[in-house]
Amino acid sequence: MSAFTHMDARRTALHRKRKVINAISLTLALAAMAFGLFWLSWILIETIRLGVGGLAVTVFTESTPPPLAETGGLANAIVGSLMMVSLATALGTPIGVMAGVYLAEYGKRTWLGTVTGFINDILLSAPSIVIGLFIYSVVVATTKTFSGYAGVLALALIVIPVVVRTTENMLSLIPNALREAAYALGTPKWKVIAAVTLKAARAGVITGILLALARIAGETAPLLFTALSNQFFTADLGEPMASLPVTIFKFAMSPYQNWQELAWAGVFLITMSVLALNILARVLFRNKY
Amino acid sequence: MDIRVDLPTSERVKISVRGLNFYYGSFLALKNINLDIPERKVTAFIGPSGCGKSTLLRVFNRMFELYPEQRAEGSISVDGEDILKSKRDVTLIRAKIGMVFQKPTPFPMSIYDNIAFGVRLFETLPRVEMDERVEWALKKAALWGEVKDKLNQNGASLSGGQQQRLCIARGIAIKPEVLLLDEPCSALDPISTGKIEELIHELKADYTVMIVTHNMQQAARCSDYTAYMYLGDLVEFGPTSELFMKPKKKDTEDYITGRFG
Repeated sequence: MSAFTHMDARRTALHRKRKVINAISLTLALAAMAFGLFWLSWILIETIRLGVGGLAVTVFTESTPPPLAETGGLANAIVGSLMMVSLATALGTPIGVMAGVYLAEYGKRTWLGTVTGFINDILLSAPSIVIGLFIYSVVVATTKTFSGYAGVLALALIVIPVVVRTTENMLSLIPNALREAAYALGTPKWKVIAAVTLKAARAGVITGILLALARIAGETAPLLFTALSNQFFTADLGEPMASLPVTIFKFAMSPYQNWQELAWAGVFLITMSVLALNILARVLFRNKY
Repeated sequence: MDIRVDLPTSERVKISVRGLNFYYGSFLALKNINLDIPERKVTAFIGPSGCGKSTLLRVFNRMFELYPEQRAEGSISVDGEDILKSKRDVTLIRAKIGMVFQKPTPFPMSIYDNIAFGVRLFETLPRVEMDERVEWALKKAALWGEVKDKLNQNGASLSGGQQQRLCIARGIAIKPEVLLLDEPCSALDPISTGKIEELIHELKADYTVMIVTHNMQQAARCSDYTAYMYLGDLVEFGPTSELFMKPKKKDTEDYITGRFG
């Protein structure tokens, strides 16, 4: 009887201690969350406050104006960004997905797979300005012109490691039981991957692609030395090309008020599209799991 | 332990296993297994966890080859062809020897395509015949009535028991000759289990069925022959009624009466 009372007292004491620790941890975690959220919402609110003011139909219809002009827009930068970002994604996605498939389905425990995974991790964390300079020395210096194509290549090099990593991770999450079930029917390996595992992982893979897309939409450094910029409208990727991030960089640093307003409008556009992409990625992912 | 059990002469041998050793890395998981599996009969494998019964099942369709550290020695002849040394592509062997796993594994596609997927691998059927095949397989697996109005829904939307019957339907749709069932009912409720046991009973008219089970009543109910395995050895093999009524080995008797295991 007394043994039981003793145990009970010890449990109660331990429980009290745990409750205190729990309360402290919870408070710290909440504070950290509030701190992060505070700055994030401030950025968002500021972007909307200053960006909405600069928004007008002319932002989409007119190209970047000279300093102190009455009108002007971002049409050349918007089109340039859209073209370069979508082409870079179209170029980087198949390469990234296939390399990810190699790493997850073929290269496990091989030296080539290990080395590739390691190099991919380095590429993933490489500063984007390094990639920009690399494309500058390899493409721009060789072709002797800044061009949209060079910008596309630089952005694609950023897309690839992100897609490789997410594809590999998502495929690794697929239980082996599903692969075995497909093999048990006499399915050849390529078909197991294409029709079963990749399909089971598709929501995650698409999310990875969307996140890569969101990332390059705001990249400035890799475009500075490759696509440069262009104050005129062009849809020719062989020429220097304007983009939203580079235009924002240029306009926000200027002393001219009309440029600064347009820079804020550009910031607003990029933020909203990245936000929309992230929400889209969330929704796709939620539908799956 | 080296045992050889001759089947009654009335049975035709579908698969004969000779001198089978199986390794996980350097661990010997199956020790010199010799066994004849009768055609168009249900053979059950029982034994405590880790005795090697699932391992043995995974040798019959060379599933172990997916894992480089696993290997098998010896011979397994199916209709006279040694499948461990066969030059034929392993996909052809697996198409002939189907398998259903412990956990239901519907593919990420519609119920219809779950069945049609395997069929399309080896046959090009016109739409009407494919529809018939899907219906046939789902009826065989006692699932048709529950899914006939939602064939386009995702396979994962079904309940656990339905998913498992879907997997069985998928396995028989490609018309294998041998069906390996690895604890197919372990995740199911009694009603689904009953349906699958009935199905096993029907299946043996066309297929040679091998089933691994932890449930001794299940082995007794639905098998014709039973093998008792322990620590990688085949301890006893014989007609189910004999093995359960008057086992020859003390170990077997202890296990089936629940004194051990």
